[in-house]
Amino acid sequence: MQIYRGRVIVKGLAAGEALVSKEPVSFYGDVDPKTGVIVDEGNELYGRPVSGKVFIFPHGKGSTVGSYVIYRLSKEGRAPLAIINVETEPIIAVGCVLAKIPLIDRIPLDFMLTVKNGDFVEVDGYSGIIKINNRD
Amino acid sequence: MFLTRDEERMLDGDYGEVARKCMEIIVAIGEVFEAKKLIGIKSAHISGISYKNIGDAGIELLRDFVKLSARASVSATTNPAGMDLEHWQEMGIPASFAEKQLEVTKSLSAIGVKETYTCTPYLSKNRPSKGEHLAWAESSAVVYANSVLGARTNRESGISALASAIVGKTPLYGMHLDECRVAKLHVQLDHAPKTPSEYSLIGYMIGSLTNDDVVSISMPNKAISSCLKALSAGLATSGRVSMFTINSKSGFVEKVKIELKDIERVKGSIGCGGEDITHAFVGCPHASLKELKVLANLLKKRRVRKDRELWVFTSRTTYRRAESSGLVSKLLSAGVKVFRDTCMVVAPLDEINVKSVVVDSAKAYHYIKRNFKGIRAFFADTRELVDFVSI
Repeated sequence: MQIYRGRVIVKGLAAGEALVSKEPVSFYGDVDPKTGVIVDEGNELYGRPVSGKVFIFPHGKGSTVGSYVIYRLSKEGRAPLAIINVETEPIIAVGCVLAKIPLIDRIPLDFMLTVKNGDFVEVDGYSGIIKINNRD
Repeated sequence: MFLTRDEERMLDGDYGEVARKCMEIIVAIGEVFEAKKLIGIKSAHISGISYKNIGDAGIELLRDFVKLSARASVSATTNPAGMDLEHWQEMGIPASFAEKQLEVTKSLSAIGVKETYTCTPYLSKNRPSKGEHLAWAESSAVVYANSVLGARTNRESGISALASAIVGKTPLYGMHLDECRVAKLHVQLDHAPKTPSEYSLIGYMIGSLTNDDVVSISMPNKAISSCLKALSAGLATSGRVSMFTINSKSGFVEKVKIELKDIERVKGSIGCGGEDITHAFVGCPHASLKELKVLANLLKKRRVRKDRELWVFTSRTTYRRAESSGLVSKLLSAGVKVFRDTCMVVAPLDEINVKSVVVDSAKAYHYIKRNFKGIRAFFADTRELVDFVSI
C-alpha cells in the first residue's frame, strides 16, 4: 500500500477503483452528462464510464458548464466517487461541491506516476490522505 | 482561509441549506486560490442563462435552488438567454427549446435577480464604480469592469456568480488584490485601430499571447467606449485575461509589438473569400445605442437583400432607448431584425437553420466556429458585413 497526502478542497470519504486520465478533462464536451461515459475520442479512456470510480486527472479545463455536468451526473447516480487532481480549478471544485464528491489536489507527482487504472484507492477528504492498493 | 463567526455559521447551515451550499461553493473556490478571507460584493453578474449551454442539468440546479428559497441578497444581473424571450418565434426558435428556456428564466425570476439578459450589465442597471468589489461572470464584462471602470472582479463562473449573488460575498484573491492587477506583458500597437471590429480582432490576438490575468497595451490613439467594449470581449475570449491597462509606463517583464501586417494577416485568414453568406450577425457584445446608430447610418439608402438576414443583438435597456428615438424603426425599415435578451454566441444557431454567417466580432467568430461545426463562419468589419448582405 502506498500513502500520499494532498490538499482537501471538498470534504468526504470514498474508496473504489481508480480511473486515470493523463490528459486534463473538460466535463463539458468530454463526458456524457447522462451516462458518465467519456466521449472524447482523443482520450485513451474513450468509451469508459467515470461513474463509481475514483477519477484521477491532472486538472479540469474548458467551459464552466462542466460544473453542471458533474452535478447532473450525481443526480443520475453516475458521478465519480471522488476526484483527485494534480492542481484543481473552479470548474471541478464547484462541480464536486454540488455533487457532494470529495476533491483532493496537490498530491505529489509520484502519485500520478504510480496509480494505475483498476487500483483500489481510498480517499480521506478530511485528512487529505490517499491510499493506493495495487491490483497485484 | 479565515472565516468570520457569521460565515462559519452560514457554512454550518445555521442560515439554511441554500446559504450553506453557496458558502461551500465560495469557500471551495477560495481554498483553490488560497484566498485569505471572504469580502462583501456590491453586485453580481450571472452567466449560464442560455438553455443551450446549461441544458437540463442547469434547469435542475436552478430549480433546486428555488425549492430551497434562494434569493439574491445583492444587486444581480443576468447574461443573455438562448433566445429573445418575447420574439423567439421570429428568430425561428423551436417551441421545445423555448419551453426549456422559459423554465430557466422562471427560476431566475423567483431568485430575485434583475432580469437584464445582457452581456453589457454596465450599460444596463449595473454600472460599477471604481474600486468596487464584484462577482461577475461573462468574461467580456469582467475585462471591461476591471479595465475601463476600475472595479474589481475575477472571472467567475455562472454558478459561483450565482452563489455570490445569494450570500453577497466572494473570496479575496486575484483581481481583488492590488498586487495581482499588474501586467507582465506589454503589447505595443503602432497601428491606430479605427472600428470596434478592429479592436475586437486586436483584443483576440493579444489575449492569446499570454497566460497572465493582466496585460498592458499601448496604442497611438484614444479608444472610445464601444471600441473598449469590443477590445474587452476579444481579449477575454482567446485566453485568461481579466484586465488590460492602456499606455502605462513601466515594470514589464516582456514586450511584444503588433503591426498592421499582423492584423491584416489574421483578418485575411478568417475573412470571407467571396463565399455566399446568408446571415450577418452584429452585437457581440450587445450593441450600444451608438452602435445601433452606426448600423442605421451604414444602411442609409440601403436595404437588406431579400435572400439574406441581418440581425442585431442588444439589451432590453438599449432597445427601449433606441425605440423611443425612432432608431429601431429605421433599422426595421432597412430590413434589419433587432433582437433582445440573446446573441449569436448562446442561441441554438443549428436549430434555426443558420448555414453560413458573417460577424464583426472576433468573440462571436470564435464561439460560432467552435460550437457549430456545421456552420461556415467568417469575420468582417461592420461596413463590409453590411455590404455582404444589403443593396
